[in-house]
Amino acid sequence: MSADVVEITVLSLKVSLLATGISLFIGLPLGTWLALSQLRGRRFILSLINTGMALPPVVVGLFVAMTLWRSGPLGNLHLIYTPIAIIIAQTIIAAPVVTGLTASALQQLDPRLRLQILGLGASPIQMVISLWREARLPLLAALMAGFGSVISEVGASMMVGGNIRHQTRVLTTAIVLETGKGEFQNAIALSVLLLILAYMVNLGLTLIQQRGTR
Amino acid sequence: MSETLLGVHDLIVKRGDQTVLQVGSLDIHEGEVLAVIGPNGAGKSTLLLVLARLLHPQAGEVIFRGSTIEHENDLIYRRRIALVLQEPLLMHQSVFDNVASGLRFRGLPRQVVRQRTDEWLKRLDILQLRNRPAHRLSGGEAQRTSLARAFVLQPELLLLDEPFSALDAPTRSRLLQDLHSLLSQTNITTVFITHDLDEALLLGDRVAVLLGGVLRQVGRPQDVFTAPSDGEVAAFVGVETVIAGKVSASHNGQISVVADGLQLEAVGDVPVGTQVLFCLRPEDITLSTAVSPAISSARNHLSGRIFRMTPSGPLVRVVIDCGLPVVALITRGSANEMKLAEGQAVTATFKATAVHLIPR
Repeated sequence: MSADVVEITVLSLKVSLLATGISLFIGLPLGTWLALSQLRGRRFILSLINTGMALPPVVVGLFVAMTLWRSGPLGNLHLIYTPIAIIIAQTIIAAPVVTGLTASALQQLDPRLRLQILGLGASPIQMVISLWREARLPLLAALMAGFGSVISEVGASMMVGGNIRHQTRVLTTAIVLETGKGEFQNAIALSVLLLILAYMVNLGLTLIQQRGTR
Repeated sequence: MSETLLGVHDLIVKRGDQTVLQVGSLDIHEGEVLAVIGPNGAGKSTLLLVLARLLHPQAGEVIFRGSTIEHENDLIYRRRIALVLQEPLLMHQSVFDNVASGLRFRGLPRQVVRQRTDEWLKRLDILQLRNRPAHRLSGGEAQRTSLARAFVLQPELLLLDEPFSALDAPTRSRLLQDLHSLLSQTNITTVFITHDLDEALLLGDRVAVLLGGVLRQVGRPQDVFTAPSDGEVAAFVGVETVIAGKVSASHNGQISVVADGLQLEAVGDVPVGTQVLFCLRPEDITLSTAVSPAISSARNHLSGRIFRMTPSGPLVRVVIDCGLPVVALITRGSANEMKLAEGQAVTATFKATAVHLIPR
C-alpha cells in the first residue's frame, strides 16, 4: 500500500501542478488583457470567465470525456484514461479561476497608475510587469485558488482518468474508492495526506506572497 | 523669443460626442515654465495627457523639436520627458526603487542608476528615507519622492499635473519653494497645471488659461492677470468687478464709460460707442468714509453702501452696492480702523489706470 500511496501522491501533485502551471500561462496574459483593454465586449467576456470559475468538475469531465472518447473528435489521440486527460480537464477547471482573479486583481489598481508608469518611460511590456509586481498579492492568491480548485476535484479526474491503478489513480479518486470499499482507515489516511499536500503548496505560495510585506 | 520645444496644433479631444478639449495652437518655449490654469473640469489634465502622448486626440498633432510625433515614436518621445500626476502614485517598493524606476525602464547600468538616484534623493532632501517602503511616507514625503522620480530622468520636458493640490498648506508652500528653485537651477522646460493662481504666479514664466476645454488666453502672468482677454477669464483670474458699459468719450487716451447711469474713467484707445466690459481687481480699490475721507488723485469715486463683508484670510472682501456691485479687498486692520460695517455708506475710489477695458 505504501508504495502505491507514494505513487498516487506524486501523480496527484504532478497533474495538479502542471494543470495550474498551464492555467497560469493562459490566465495571466488573458486576465491582464481583459483588465487593461478597452474592448467593447470586455464585460461580456468577463462575465463568461466568471461563470467559468464556478464550472462543476463533473460537467468538465463529461465534456472532456466526450471529446477524447475513442469515437469522439480527438479519439484518435488515445488520450482518454491517461494522466494527460486529467491535466486537460483540470486546466479547463483552473484556467477561468486564474483568468478571472487576475483580471480582478489588476482592475483593483488605480487606473492612473498605468499612465504614471508609462509617463516615466516604460514600454507596454515593462508597464504590465510593473502592474503584476504591484498586484503580486492578489495574483498569487489567484494562483492558490487555481491550484485549490484542481487538487481537490474528483469528478473530472474520475471520468477522464478512470482511477486506474498505477496509471491514473490520484488522491481524490483513491479516497472515493477506499470509502466505497468501506476501508475508512485508508480513506482517512489519504485525506490527511491530501490536506497536508494542499497545505505545503499553499504555504510555499504564501511565503512568496508575503515576502517583503510588513 | 527662445526656440519652440513643443507645439500642439488644431487639437480636438472628444469623449463620446462631446468635445472636451479644443486648442488651436499652443507653443512651449525651450526653458520656460508654462502654467496652465483653469477650474476643475476645464480639460487641463486632458491637455497634459495629450502632451505626454498618453492620450491620442481625435484631431491635431504634437510637434516636438520641429517634428510631428508619430504613433510608433511615442515610446522614444516618452523617454525624453517625465510626467508627475496629482497623486504621487508610488509603487509598493522602497523610496529608492521608486525613484530609480524610470532609469531602469531606460535600461541604464546599475552604477549610473544608483549614483543618479542618490543624487536626486539628496537634492529633494529625502536621502534619509532611501530604504523606507513608499506606502509608509507622509503626503509631502511621497510627493517629494514623486518629483525626484521625474527629475532623476533629466527630462527635456517636465509635465506636472497639480502636484501639490492634495497637500496641507505649510507642506505645500515649502515644496513649492523647493520646486521653484529646482526649476530655475535645472532650467527644464516645464508645463505646470494648477487651479491655484498663487502657484501659477510663482512658477509660471507664462500663463495659459483653459476654460471649458478651450484655450482662452496665453501670456505673461502680469498681462493675463491685469488684462484678461474676456469676461470669463477676468472672473477666473480674480477680476471681481466686471461692469458692462459703453464708451461715451475718448480723448488723448482718456476714456469715459457710461454704465447704469454712472460715469467712469479709464485709459486706453477705444472708439466712442464701443460696448465694453469694465474690469477692476479688488485690490486696486480703496475705500473711504465720511469720517476718514481719502486723499487721492484717483479719478473714479463711486458712492454706495456696504452690502456684504466676508473675511478672507488676513483680508476682508467688501461688496459695495453703488447702483452696481463693486468688490474691494482691504486688510482687516483698515476695516477695523474705519469701523466698516454692512449697511454703512462708503466711497470706492480707484485710478483710471487700474481699469482694464475688454471690447465686446
